[in-house]
Amino acid sequence: MFGLAILGSIGFIVSYVVFRTGDDPDTIANLGASNLMLGLCLTVTLLGMGAGMIQWARKLMGDHEIVEMRHPASSSQEDREAAVAILQTGLEESGLARRPLVRNSLLAAGGVLGLLPVIMLRDLGPLPGDKLDHTLWDLDTWTPEMQSWWQTQDRSLQRVVRDVVGTPIKVTELEVGDLVNAEPEVMFAVDDTTQEPLVEGTDLLVGKSKAAVILHRMLPGDIVSAQTLNWSVDGIVCYSKICTHVGCPISLNERTTHHLLCPCHQSTFDLADSGRVLFGPAARALPQLELAVDDEGYLAAKGDFSEPVGPSFWERG
Amino acid sequence: MSLDTSKFARTNRSTAATGKKPNKAGAVAAWADDRLSLGTLTRVFARKVFPDHWSFMLGEIALWSFVVLLLTGTFLTLWFTPSMSESAYQGSYTQLRGVPMSDAYASTLHISFDIRGGLLMRQMHHWSAMLFIAAMFVHMMRTFVTGAFRKPRELNWVVGSLLLLLGILEGFAGYSLPDDLLSGTGLRIADGLIKATPVVGTYMSFFLFGGEFPGDVVIPRLYILHVLLIPGLLLALVGLHMVLLVFHKHTQWAGPGRTERNVVGYPMLPVYAAKAGGYFFMVFGVTALMGALLSINPIWKYGPYDPSKVTAGSQPDWYMGLAEGLLRIMPNWETQIWGVTISWNVLFPGQIAPFILFGMIIGWPFLEQWVTGDKREHHLLQRPRDAPTRTAFLAAMVTEYGLLWAAGGNDILATHFHWSLNSITYFMRAAIFIVPAIVFYLTRRWCIGLQRSDSDRLLHGYETGIIMRSPEGGYSERHLPISETSAYTLTARHRDEVHEVESEVDENGVPAPGSRVDRVRAKLSRAMFGDNMQKPTAAELEEARHHAAHTHELEAELDHPVAGHEFDDHALRDADEVPLRQP
Repeated sequence: MFGLAILGSIGFIVSYVVFRTGDDPDTIANLGASNLMLGLCLTVTLLGMGAGMIQWARKLMGDHEIVEMRHPASSSQEDREAAVAILQTGLEESGLARRPLVRNSLLAAGGVLGLLPVIMLRDLGPLPGDKLDHTLWDLDTWTPEMQSWWQTQDRSLQRVVRDVVGTPIKVTELEVGDLVNAEPEVMFAVDDTTQEPLVEGTDLLVGKSKAAVILHRMLPGDIVSAQTLNWSVDGIVCYSKICTHVGCPISLNERTTHHLLCPCHQSTFDLADSGRVLFGPAARALPQLELAVDDEGYLAAKGDFSEPVGPSFWERG
Repeated sequence: MSLDTSKFARTNRSTAATGKKPNKAGAVAAWADDRLSLGTLTRVFARKVFPDHWSFMLGEIALWSFVVLLLTGTFLTLWFTPSMSESAYQGSYTQLRGVPMSDAYASTLHISFDIRGGLLMRQMHHWSAMLFIAAMFVHMMRTFVTGAFRKPRELNWVVGSLLLLLGILEGFAGYSLPDDLLSGTGLRIADGLIKATPVVGTYMSFFLFGGEFPGDVVIPRLYILHVLLIPGLLLALVGLHMVLLVFHKHTQWAGPGRTERNVVGYPMLPVYAAKAGGYFFMVFGVTALMGALLSINPIWKYGPYDPSKVTAGSQPDWYMGLAEGLLRIMPNWETQIWGVTISWNVLFPGQIAPFILFGMIIGWPFLEQWVTGDKREHHLLQRPRDAPTRTAFLAAMVTEYGLLWAAGGNDILATHFHWSLNSITYFMRAAIFIVPAIVFYLTRRWCIGLQRSDSDRLLHGYETGIIMRSPEGGYSERHLPISETSAYTLTARHRDEVHEVESEVDENGVPAPGSRVDRVRAKLSRAMFGDNMQKPTAAELEEARHHAAHTHELEAELDHPVAGHEFDDHALRDADEVPLRQP
């Protein structure tokens, strides 16, 4: 057994040297050879040692049981009394009981001291303010750089552009039944001089976590609610992609029924009827974005969502 | 003869140190003992007794997986970068080259593809985390169902519960670190749960994420929790758990020579140490095998986190199944009142239910002690059947857990079995209330049935397989008395006492203070113990013995089992008691 363990270790070292990792690794039976061989050799070593030790204990060591006496967990009465007496002496010698002012002010000082670390946690993050109420669809919340970029565009409505590539979308590009993931166009804006994106890194992730939308085209006759119809363009509707339950991006589309399902907890929304909840744990309808067509014929948003998107929170009312 | 004092070392001990040349090991031991009193420690602890039973090693699995976690986790920290700064990936995994991603994700890819053995350590780390929590759960169930949490071990039960809670938090923090699509989705859900907190939800979320979700600080913060704060607490509590274990000494099963006042088993040195040490290597080895063969959390397939993306069939680690299931089947209740929103649909499964559950776990020993009024120390384990209500409660909870777990995978069930997702969800909403209740009732009756059969065996003996025909033509089966050993084991338990309300009014006719509480206690006591089968009294046993002796005379020729039934009672007897019985 222990000999086997030594062989396993040798195998481990050999495998470590021999097999390549990386993008084009050696493989054995479609498994990464390095991972497989290192793991198997390690297994042989460890199981060899373990089995050997247990076998040794079972076969070679004495198999007679021995007895030990228990004692109650409590201390003896004598010890208890002595302990109480000692504590009593300590209490008297310190004068804790006789000098309530000293004692209480110490306790108060300790309490105040305990407040300090809590206060110091204040700068863990900024206060929420009304940040959760707005998304990048609201031009008023943009940074000055984004505002000045917008001046150069010389348009009044922000376009709804395709996710990932950022190309604007014409009504004719969408077939009935299509579902397109989209974002506000500012997410793809580039600074004229530096050629750097205006929204990137964390800002981009924060922006996406609120402003991501889906576009869906259906026959205008299929639309149920008046608001959905009013806010649509030729049967194209636009909704927040962020689930109103706990914020997963919703993406599973049933094209014939216009139902949209969240893959995390299966809340289902009716895109033909103001994003109404049909099923599942989400309580609120999916916020709809009012669509328009700009001068050049591209889909654009009339403004921000009329309510906060994503999971519910206390102050949202 | 003059004494050569040069051979005596100077010493302040009461006996002079002798100049006898010790061997090297002895010298080291003596050096250490002079400073640490190791001799006394060894004398006290080295022959410490550990009783043997397979179920006692469940906690050991948890302990050893924790060690594996520490070892593999330390290895991973050498390369992992807990940072959310973003850059385009340039590593060796071609499919993601050029994709912007956080350093946390890029370094996890680096560990998986460029560090030899890195993927193995990652997979072993993840597998042993699963094993750690699973072993804690099973160990806890064992402790619960055998009553090993009773006095004086209630505090160790509390420590164990905290370990479980911390283990789950630690697991979630670790799951979130690679910053892949799945872990980001997990954090997004956590953010949703936090935001549902009344009054301070948004503030908590902004403080945790350093601003709006996802921010750029949550991974470094979770990292320090994951590698320092929570493991530190875990280590301290594991230490406390062990110290209390040593102090209280291990519980044992009842049997001849095994009483409440002693502990019978194998000594720490050498048997138990060798077995436990070997067991560590076994656990480590099995984890290595899993790491070698079973792919877990292949983060390169998910891609970096993007709040607008998600994969269908997203599942958390298994121990989150309970919360996940509740979150999925909870009806969509939300209250809007006085300009604020209370999201019961998130608040209840995410925050209220886990605390209720955890409160029940921690509180059970104290509840049970209050109902029974039992203040004695217990070192002998109860057989699950001898505490029918408790066993049934556990069975119901396990059922509940299983159902919620299935509910947490309702989409997987729907796609695999082509069931309606909606039907599964509606079914689960009712099932989590009905099925555990049925299981509770059945388990309880089953336990009481087993108690009855024990009682029958004590009073009437075991079934021999000999069919007797009476002169009248009736048939009956011959029973033989069970051995003294098993009779002892079966009667080693205490009698349950049902608490009765003493008096509803005090001597003045005024309702006694606390009588309402007392009535609740009596009611609970009746519910928990009223239907139990008590062990036969000494008088009943004596009478049964007389009866047996009487029939024995009548059936003198038949005091042994017939051919083929010699070993029907093997479970009731020790091997050395009936070595090779003659037919």
